[in-house]
Amino acid sequence: MQWDWAFVAEITPTLLSGLKLTLLITLLSAMVAAALGLAFAIARRSPNRLVARPTGAFVEFIRGTPLLVQLYFIFYVLPDAGILLPPLVAGVIGMGLHYATYTAEVYRAGIENVPKGQWEAARATNLTMRQTWVHVVIPQAVPPMIPALANYLIAMFKETPLLSAITVLELMNQAKSVANSSYRYVEPMTLVGVFFLAMSLVSVVMLRWLERRYGRLGK
Amino acid sequence: MGDWSGYLALILQGALVTAQLTVMGSALALVAAFAAGLGRIAPLAPVRWLATVYIEFFRGTSIFVQLFWVYFVLPFAGISLSPLMAGVLALGLNVGAYAAEVVRGAILSVPKDQYEATIALNLTKLQRMRHVILPQALPLMLPTFGNNAIELLKATAVVSLISLTDMTFQAQVVRAQTGSTLIPFATILILYFAMAMIITTGVRALERRLTRGLDGVR
Repeated sequence: MQWDWAFVAEITPTLLSGLKLTLLITLLSAMVAAALGLAFAIARRSPNRLVARPTGAFVEFIRGTPLLVQLYFIFYVLPDAGILLPPLVAGVIGMGLHYATYTAEVYRAGIENVPKGQWEAARATNLTMRQTWVHVVIPQAVPPMIPALANYLIAMFKETPLLSAITVLELMNQAKSVANSSYRYVEPMTLVGVFFLAMSLVSVVMLRWLERRYGRLGK
Repeated sequence: MGDWSGYLALILQGALVTAQLTVMGSALALVAAFAAGLGRIAPLAPVRWLATVYIEFFRGTSIFVQLFWVYFVLPFAGISLSPLMAGVLALGLNVGAYAAEVVRGAILSVPKDQYEATIALNLTKLQRMRHVILPQALPLMLPTFGNNAIELLKATAVVSLISLTDMTFQAQVVRAQTGSTLIPFATILILYFAMAMIITTGVRALERRLTRGLDGVR
């Protein structure tokens, strides 16, 4: 089958509208993942075992099971419990939750990266817990986290096609519907690949810059 | 309705396909990882470029897009693959690209004096790798390889979308036939998690086996 440029020009606007939705989903899920991840990280550090243990188990479970099945779970099972979510919301929650378990690890590593002496110095200078976090720990813990968090942002962007399985009309789903109605798979599928590759190559360059700017999180 | 043992058998059949995909995909990923990882530190520049292009390409797009591309576009180029072959190919090459960076990082982290010592002892390149570098680099790779294998296991769920009858696909079949949603999906979530635990345990055992006798060195 020949590569048809006229067909490419014809389908590009449809695909671009899908790309816009893909970017929106990425942004929204990233916000969910960033907030929820922090909550997980704090809950896992809790001195109360009844909080720390179940959170740890839950995080491990989410990390060990496929995102696609979790999306199905949210999309198909929750309505039986009376919670009816539109596909887009279900997708954002599913992806945000899944990646929150990854960002939680980043937060944990970032917090543990702050030397113990800093905590002791904060206590020695009689800072309150809040002051310790706001003025001592967070300013040192956050910058090294930024590249690692950006890395997961890129990973989430690449995972958005999974949402087509729960009928969200993002880039991949647009390409599939174009392909199914025209019986031409080569151009739409290849264009989707090109779009993703182009976006992630650009984001890799930005990631390298972030790493230079903020340094990397040491293990 | 009511025929739960039959539906469970269906899901277990799917579990077998998932396990098969994971094992075959991991085998391909391992080969691809070593080929590309060693290729990136090869003395020959074209080999390095080739390895870099492979790694960046497969890390730059998601497994989902690659799978669809392999399954829907390659037939037009005259290469028709069965869903299982397409799945193994896409999964193996994708995870292999991630693991290649692990191979490269681990080999580069072996101290430089080890290389110099092998040159001083006049070992051939093959002997250097086999007896000095790899025994020290492998234990460094293993934990990340374990994580990669779990990522691969999780990615296998995507093959259900190209009509391969894996665990996720069978759960959808059960859902369609019974109208019950909680039981099939909860079952496969637990089964996936159990498989991930098996991988974690296996990799830990392998790690203990490989680091035996290395205590004095590190």
